[in-house]
Amino acid sequence: MNAPLPPYVGQPVKRREDFKFLTGKGRYVDDIKLPGMLYMAIARSPHAHAIIKNVDLGPARASPGVRLVLAGKDLDGRIGPIVPNWIIPGSRVPFRPVIAIDRVRFVGECVALVVAETLAQAYDAVDLIDVEYGVLPAVTDETAAIRDDAPQLHENVAGNVTTIYRVRGGDYAKAAQEADQVIQLRIANNRLIPTCMETRSVIAAPDPDDTLTVYMPSQVPHMHRRWIAETVGIPEHRLRVVAPDIGGGFGAKMHLYPEELLCPYLARELGVPVKWWESRSESHQSTSHGRAHTETIEVAIRNDGTILGMKVDTLGNVGAYLSNMATGGPTVNTVNFGTGNYKIANYEATSRIVVTNTVPVDAYRGYGRPEGAYIAERAIDAVARHLNIDQVEIRRKNFIQRTDFPYRPYGSMGTIYDTGNYDGLLEKALAAFDYEARCTEREALRRHGIYRGIGVAAYTHMCGMAPSRRLAMSGFDRGGWESARVAIDSSGRATVYSGSMSQGHGHVTSLSQIAADVLQIPIENIDVIQGDTRQVQAGHGTFNSRSMAVGGSSLHVCSQQIVAKAKKIAAGMLEVDEKDVAYSAGQFSVPGTDITPLSFAKVARMAYVGHKLPDGVAPGLDETVFYDPTGMSAPSGVHLAYVEVDPETGIVTILDYVAVDDVGTLINPMLAQGQIHGGVVQGIAQALYEEVSYDPDSGQLLTGSLLDYAVPRAEHVPNITSLFQETPSPTNPIGVKGIGESGSIAAPPCMVHAVLDALAPFGITHLDMPLTPPRIWAAVQRARNGANQ
Amino acid sequence: MIPSAFGYVRASSLANAIDLLRQDPEGTRLVAGGHTLIPTLKLRLASPALLVDIRGIADMRGISIDDKAIRIGALTTHAELLASQQLNDVFPIFRQTATRIADPQVRNRGTIGGSIANADPAADWPAVVIALNAELEIVGPTGSRRVPAKDFFVDIFTTVLEPAEVLAAIHLRRPTLGARFIYRKIRHPASGYAVVGVAVGLRMEDGLVAEMSIGVTGAASHAFSGDAATRFLMAKPLSHESIEEAAKLVSEATECLSDRYASAEYRASLVRTETKRALLSLAA
Amino acid sequence: MSEVEKRHVVTLEINGVRRNAEVEPRKLLVHLIREDFGLTGTHVGCDTSQCGACTVELDGQAIKSCTVLAVMADGASITTIEGVSPVASRLDAVQTAFHEHHALQCGFCTPGMVMSVRQLLRDHPDANEDDIRHGIAGNICRCTGYHNIVRAVESLVAKD
Ligand SMILES: Cc1cc2nc3c(=O)[nH]c(=O)nc-3n(C[C@H](O)[C@H](O)[C@H](O)COP(=O)(O)OP(=O)(O)OC[C@H]3O[C@@H](n4cnc5c(N)ncnc54)[C@H](O)[C@@H]3O)c2cc1C
Ligand code: FES
Ligand code: FES
Repeated sequence: MNAPLPPYVGQPVKRREDFKFLTGKGRYVDDIKLPGMLYMAIARSPHAHAIIKNVDLGPARASPGVRLVLAGKDLDGRIGPIVPNWIIPGSRVPFRPVIAIDRVRFVGECVALVVAETLAQAYDAVDLIDVEYGVLPAVTDETAAIRDDAPQLHENVAGNVTTIYRVRGGDYAKAAQEADQVIQLRIANNRLIPTCMETRSVIAAPDPDDTLTVYMPSQVPHMHRRWIAETVGIPEHRLRVVAPDIGGGFGAKMHLYPEELLCPYLARELGVPVKWWESRSESHQSTSHGRAHTETIEVAIRNDGTILGMKVDTLGNVGAYLSNMATGGPTVNTVNFGTGNYKIANYEATSRIVVTNTVPVDAYRGYGRPEGAYIAERAIDAVARHLNIDQVEIRRKNFIQRTDFPYRPYGSMGTIYDTGNYDGLLEKALAAFDYEARCTEREALRRHGIYRGIGVAAYTHMCGMAPSRRLAMSGFDRGGWESARVAIDSSGRATVYSGSMSQGHGHVTSLSQIAADVLQIPIENIDVIQGDTRQVQAGHGTFNSRSMAVGGSSLHVCSQQIVAKAKKIAAGMLEVDEKDVAYSAGQFSVPGTDITPLSFAKVARMAYVGHKLPDGVAPGLDETVFYDPTGMSAPSGVHLAYVEVDPETGIVTILDYVAVDDVGTLINPMLAQGQIHGGVVQGIAQALYEEVSYDPDSGQLLTGSLLDYAVPRAEHVPNITSLFQETPSPTNPIGVKGIGESGSIAAPPCMVHAVLDALAPFGITHLDMPLTPPRIWAAVQRARNGANQ
Repeated sequence: MIPSAFGYVRASSLANAIDLLRQDPEGTRLVAGGHTLIPTLKLRLASPALLVDIRGIADMRGISIDDKAIRIGALTTHAELLASQQLNDVFPIFRQTATRIADPQVRNRGTIGGSIANADPAADWPAVVIALNAELEIVGPTGSRRVPAKDFFVDIFTTVLEPAEVLAAIHLRRPTLGARFIYRKIRHPASGYAVVGVAVGLRMEDGLVAEMSIGVTGAASHAFSGDAATRFLMAKPLSHESIEEAAKLVSEATECLSDRYASAEYRASLVRTETKRALLSLAA
Repeated sequence: MSEVEKRHVVTLEINGVRRNAEVEPRKLLVHLIREDFGLTGTHVGCDTSQCGACTVELDGQAIKSCTVLAVMADGASITTIEGVSPVASRLDAVQTAFHEHHALQCGFCTPGMVMSVRQLLRDHPDANEDDIRHGIAGNICRCTGYHNIVRAVESLVAKD
């Protein structure tokens, strides 16, 4: 294969990182084995809510190979508590010890730990830990938890509500009065398990120079360094966090978990490396879950399909404690986006954050935006159904128009959609889907008792949380910037140090495409380093679809600084004025003269030998940039799905799926499509297959492993047509918008609409996700029985 | 992920395996393909003291076919059943069923004997061996006996096997000319096991049902035979009405399981729908 | 010594090299491969035999090495992802197709997926899309949505 030539941005450059993964040389945390390493295993609560009466560690301590056994009270006051990083103003934050001390609040909460010479020995000893519990009543459902008689989880969280958040714009009450009708719906956003194929794993290793290295699959290595340092009590500069290859993150690997604190603590106490590895079943009860909302919605409409106003009430179930960003998800990230792609001037939303006896809930691919889009899309679809208006027409009618951007929905202060062209997306999607023909086919087949349905969903959201000032206002204790360093060596090759953190995204490829175009050097001459706080200057990591928009932009700006300095050096070498030097195709030249151009490599060599530098120019060609964007980008899209439902079995067959997304400038269309494919399938999974369930009485986790939690396999999902429309974002210098979350935002409402459309002949207008065969069958039965009565 | 400690021996013969079982029936488990047992051990849901690996027992291997009968050794893997051209020439239902069990990797290890002996209420082979009127060859301390498949399954994970008995083989009679078999399965989206599986055999003579058999799995605590439906249809022509009625009889034959994923009503309805569809396609 | 405490010696050929190890009976084949032999390209993604990240070839057949005891593999010949390509510095046909079609993202499922695709191509050299999706049913990929994996395999079928 010939190496591609610049410009690289916009080309489907094959991934530079593939070779190691394809040959088994990828290096994940579990692949690391250090001399003298001990293994930690955790004893977890089998109860959803209980008092810890007594913990007997004796038999475990006597078990072969065991070095240390500790319970919560042994650590009380030594490390912890675990505190959230995003605290919406006014929130009540419950106390969360690293290991439960006197009370457990969810099945899976840590109650004790064992350190042993082998993992098998550690597991054997965990089985010998004897904890006496006094079981308390539990509550797992958010609607049940806010009832007056519900079990209370925390003394300082009256009524189990930690946070109440409101947004409003216009005057909903007035809109409701002026409306022809007000329709209501109640929707649920099913609880999900992110399910990275690599579970979490941590190794903490003391180094001889009194530093501690923590290997962990972190989406946010520098953030983890700060949190671990503060919570364990280690000076931040003495802590090194290394995130090697990561087997998927999807939001789950950006929080602070007990095990990430315990390993560093134990490694420091014992003076040897300590490792913890999470088994899949353990993961289901210890790694954060996603979604878990219930919303009630009112839509004030005119009979012609105009939406005058909307009112939303959200209950966000966040589990037993406030995880890292828990207060931000169901609030800012959800209800701010409740009006979707539509002009709805009057809007009123309240979100309540509810604690329950379940695994903590936090970011999962889209965090809040899938929930927000689900509100908007289920609402508009309900309006169409109710008024018997075509699902495409109703959207066209209410779309924010191309000329309206930048658009502030419902006159919002903080929510701004930078650009968009929703009609363009819709038309492109309809054409690719062959909408008219499919409609005709659907009607024809219905007459033969074959039930097909077409689903439509539009979405927009904001990503790349920034600027830093804005994060402060919402109580988010981090910045919105990203950092990049470009170090040119004396041969003119570049090493990029990026604060972003790939978890499969292919940053080595996409970031080097960005740098190569500015530096005008072959992509092979660029290396990318991420995920080591000793090497990378600073960073916020990868989440919120921010890597290209913020991380990529910082690299772009930094690469420009390199070229600017190189130009100065070249001017000195060529003995001309800097402003007469042009840089193109990797050569510094003086247009209009016959001066022999200088290559980038020659200038780089000069930067390092320093023999002939202009006055005031320091040696070296090495720049670092901290880039804080002025705003956030707003990707958007329209997705269409075609399904067939067998009413006798409830089985859904997905016949086609078309995604048209506007993610601004495409850095690498191949990688972008990969993000859409993966995101859409996770969204299909939410709509049709996946759901965490708890026994409402005992609080037991009923989907404790992959035997009962249905992550889709190849046979469960369709081919996906992924197309793009490029409307560059004005919020960053490369015009990109986020992409990672798009698919998982659009697909759930799209799939639900398709299935409901197929079931329309039965008069079924609503079903909660996941739309499993038994659920669909039951709805058809109810409809048929109702019709018979 | 790591089982509790146990001992391991390879049985040299059936007699040796039975002897080892007899010494400590509680603490000893046979392991064949291991694809039910090992996951159970990894989750520490079972902790036997000794595993007896029976894969080396020659008497329990292989498929032999003569002009009257077929013997399938208990150790035959799902993949071998899928691949055997000779077997599938006679009973294509083996390939049809095997391709719908688990996935290629599991099929390469898991055995039909393990599946039948384990009697998971959602396993596939139990329905099929019932529909094929198979006889199961059981060998124990007092010798060997044969049990019709439809009498083998007693309850959830429970069969007529005594503690020191081993399932050695599955015996089938060659089908009468014109008999056809089909297996229909609705899979659980996560485990891949049967939410409901229906195996049906049918032979028509002069437009009337001459032979019929139905095995159902997934629906109830154990696989069962749809005898009432068979009696009902025998010597009758197949019509939409008679098929409906037969399907209804199968679905009413037993109390269905109910769990988080599927209600008893749903399972009963699937039994009915799938029986109906199976009969319709056999009648076609 | 009781049976439970007894360790067993297993001898097997792994990627063409004969190796011995002394193991507890409870040791899983995947742990033998990863820990004793240091071949960490074979991964562990679940504990219920669902995910296929641990897929290797045992006597030429794709199997889930997390669901085989090391003692049960005594005498076997095993191929792991590290042994797939005849030339260590190059990709073989399946690996190349994955690269060309962007059939991997985080790479965690990839070694197991490649092993399953080898089995698939042996069983169905002329596989169509349904065969392909059915043939990789034992492997979960959370990143790619499978679309590009299917494209990669199709390209291998088309070539024949
Ligand atoms: C991921 C996965 C998916 C699966 N999906 C399906 C599916 O869709 N449908 C399905 O039917 N099955 C499914 N299975 C089960 C699989 O088919 C098993 O292989 C089979 O059920 C058991 O066979 P085995 O040889 O592996 O038994 P083992 O695990 O070795 O043994 C199972 C039990 O039976 C006993 N036993 C084994 N052989 C004998 C014998 N000859 N005599 C007496 N007792 C014996 C053992 O002592 C043990 O208690 C699945 C398994 C896995 C791991
Ligand atoms: S680790 Fe073997 S199947 Fe998941
Ligand atoms: S590439 Fe990440 S799980 Fe498949």
